[in-house]
Amino acid sequence: MISVLAARVQGAAATAPHGGGQADVLDVLLWVALPYVAIAVFVIGHYWRYRYDKFGWTTRSSQLYEKRLLRIGSPLFHFGILIVLLGHVGGLVIPDTWTEAAGISEHAYHVAAVTLGTAAGFCTLTGLAILIYRRRTVGPVFSATTRNDKLMYAVLTLVIVLGLAATVAANLAGGGYDYRETVSPWFRSVFMLRPDPDLMADVPILFQLHALSAMLLFCIWPFTRLVHMLTAPVGYLTRPYIVYHSRDERLGARAPRRGWERLP
Amino acid sequence: MRVMAQMAMVMNLDKCIGCHTCSVTCKQAWTNRSGTEYVWFNNVETRPGQGYPRRYEDQEKWRGGWTLNRRGRLTLKGGGRLRKLLTIFANPKLPSLDDYYEPWTYDYDTLTNAPLQEHTPVARPKSLISGKDMKISWSANWDDDLGGSPGLEERDVVLGRVAEKVKLEFEKTFMFYLPRICEHCLNPSCAASCPSGAIYKRTEDGIVLVDQDRCRGWRMCITGCPYKKVYFNHRTGKAEKCTFCFPRVEVGLPTVCSETCVGRLRYIGLMLYDADKVLEAASTPDEKALYEAQLEVFLDPHDPVVIAAAEREGIPRDWIEAAQRSPVHALINTYRLALPLHPEYRTMPMVWYIPPLSPVVDVVRDTGHDAEDTGNLFAAIEALRIPVDYLAQLFTAGDPAPVDAVLRRLAAMRSYMRDINLGREPDEGIPAKVGMTGEQMYDMYRLLALAKYDERYVIPPAHAEQAHKLEELATECSLNYEGGPGMGGWGPFGESSGGASPIAVENFHMLRERQTADRSADPSDRRARINLLNWDGKGRPAGLFPPRRDEPGGPDDASPGGDPPAGAGTAETEPRP
Repeated sequence: MISVLAARVQGAAATAPHGGGQADVLDVLLWVALPYVAIAVFVIGHYWRYRYDKFGWTTRSSQLYEKRLLRIGSPLFHFGILIVLLGHVGGLVIPDTWTEAAGISEHAYHVAAVTLGTAAGFCTLTGLAILIYRRRTVGPVFSATTRNDKLMYAVLTLVIVLGLAATVAANLAGGGYDYRETVSPWFRSVFMLRPDPDLMADVPILFQLHALSAMLLFCIWPFTRLVHMLTAPVGYLTRPYIVYHSRDERLGARAPRRGWERLP
Repeated sequence: MRVMAQMAMVMNLDKCIGCHTCSVTCKQAWTNRSGTEYVWFNNVETRPGQGYPRRYEDQEKWRGGWTLNRRGRLTLKGGGRLRKLLTIFANPKLPSLDDYYEPWTYDYDTLTNAPLQEHTPVARPKSLISGKDMKISWSANWDDDLGGSPGLEERDVVLGRVAEKVKLEFEKTFMFYLPRICEHCLNPSCAASCPSGAIYKRTEDGIVLVDQDRCRGWRMCITGCPYKKVYFNHRTGKAEKCTFCFPRVEVGLPTVCSETCVGRLRYIGLMLYDADKVLEAASTPDEKALYEAQLEVFLDPHDPVVIAAAEREGIPRDWIEAAQRSPVHALINTYRLALPLHPEYRTMPMVWYIPPLSPVVDVVRDTGHDAEDTGNLFAAIEALRIPVDYLAQLFTAGDPAPVDAVLRRLAAMRSYMRDINLGREPDEGIPAKVGMTGEQMYDMYRLLALAKYDERYVIPPAHAEQAHKLEELATECSLNYEGGPGMGGWGPFGESSGGASPIAVENFHMLRERQTADRSADPSDRRARINLLNWDGKGRPAGLFPPRRDEPGGPDDASPGGDPPAGAGTAETEPRP
């Protein structure tokens, strides 16, 4: 895979349409290398964290300290970000040819996406603002905030602000920006292992910054409290109410851990 | 029939003197850690009283336990699965710290370090949550011994249901103590409420535990438990609850609360039950029939059919024998003395109580009558409706008949045994009045009054082939390098990351650190963090007090480069003359 990737990168660099090799190297770094680094850190980081730090894998809820502001801010933020997430899946993963085939015109899609996205984005941002205000002003909550949390809040806020700014700015400036012709194909190309940095080269700067900050967020994600998202308890809907576990495995039911094998 | 074994407890409330030894020893063993300052796996409530957390029995407010829906099916009172997931971002029914209390310590340092002055220095209370000065206004047993006194009685949830009669007979006030631990229910609603499935019931002995590696801190269990016996560790962000001292029970030792009980009022033993009948029993339409329904779930360990079924289920022979000798089985089934706490929550609780006869006895004695005469006692049980109705609200969902029967049996035993103790001819008519023989009554008396350690606690050990894993041995921990999670440090992401080190290990390191350190402990170091019980007044731990206004970072500021405490004001800690 790496050799294929290297070949693609070289190819992309070599067949750059507009000279100026340095900018292309930067493009390749930002839109080919960085995404794979982010994906690798995200996946391996989560595996590693789950393997070695299950105890730290928690929401670290602070509801016990304060619940008045949390009751407004937290649902606002979480439901907002869930809609934003769905919007990103719709916008980035589903090609525009599919929606058109389904009879949704580009204009209709755009209007729906911008309206819903902006509304959800503002909900998210308002919720986040309430939560950060709460975190800073409520003494016990602030005491329970680690440096790790502060970094995570900073990056998360940056990503959301940039994303919302990109949408709002593009629509205020004129008919909006059709990211489904550039950003989305690039996003899919990364996952199809044929990354095409050229698609991202001429994207408006706010969209570029949003994508870059998101990759930064994915890099720190596994090492922050954001991990709780990956264990969203959807399994609760189907599991039996009462869980029974045996005290522990009987001898021989499971391969012993390394170093604890029985002597022959 | 699917036979399962359940480790259960019975407490004889007549013997409880409200000394709180069980609470204190339990706290020292399990919740003497930062993040669990307000957590009392075992607490003793004065009844009438509000309980801990305040008014936890008000299920119209807290929505704990189970209820029957319109079609008569058992559902969580707090709402079904979808509702739980939709309210997961801010649980609307979570008690706040105000409903428990804000834990505190005292500024003991001032007592030894204050400069010479006219007035004696005082140790001011400091909040363990915010680190600031605070006014203590409530605690886990703030209304201790105030049962039914004016101003408190109307806040007792149970008393509210019998209120009218109380107003008429209020001068006959009464009081008793109710020690509470987790009920280790047959149908635990905390486990059913847990979105992650981290709370589980052990198949071997029915102990309900929280898997600390799977808990994600969604907080639904706290709402789900109607007894409010699941607590949130605000440091680690995980739920914690009474463990029935499983490391001790597994090796045949009683729980810490039982072991240290001064009144020797606790009994531990096995109950065999039919797991297939639990749901049906918990769905009994009439709340008052739930006590009888739960009795139907239990199996007779002497019945050969039950023994054969138990053996098929893989219950070891010594466990079946222990179930036959179980004092809990005798008190619940044979003598019908013990009753479940709040069966109307439909969780099928497994810590049962022998209701106290003493309020009745006290009244009879105070009126100058013979308090050991069956006639007087029986008449009093009938006349004194408050104690009986109140106890019925606690133990039988309001049905006075079973409570009445238990109190009569206790009263009969009291009279019958007096004759024997005084060397008179025992009156066989007394046990006959409550449907017992003299021999049964004597056996009952033996179990209640004389039973020794090995009769009160019949705990079959877990099996030796599993021995290595039963105790919290450090030999399996791959992270026990110096400062690692296994040695009481944090994992790579700071506080609350890394493996959950065994509590025994954490306590050991904390105590050693404290005893050998030549300076005061630093709260940023978990091994030596100050909490409610362990601050010894050495130095000024960073983060515990606001900085002094006049000498920022002065000579006795022992903070080793830690961040200044959050929201630190400029409050003066020195007492004014």
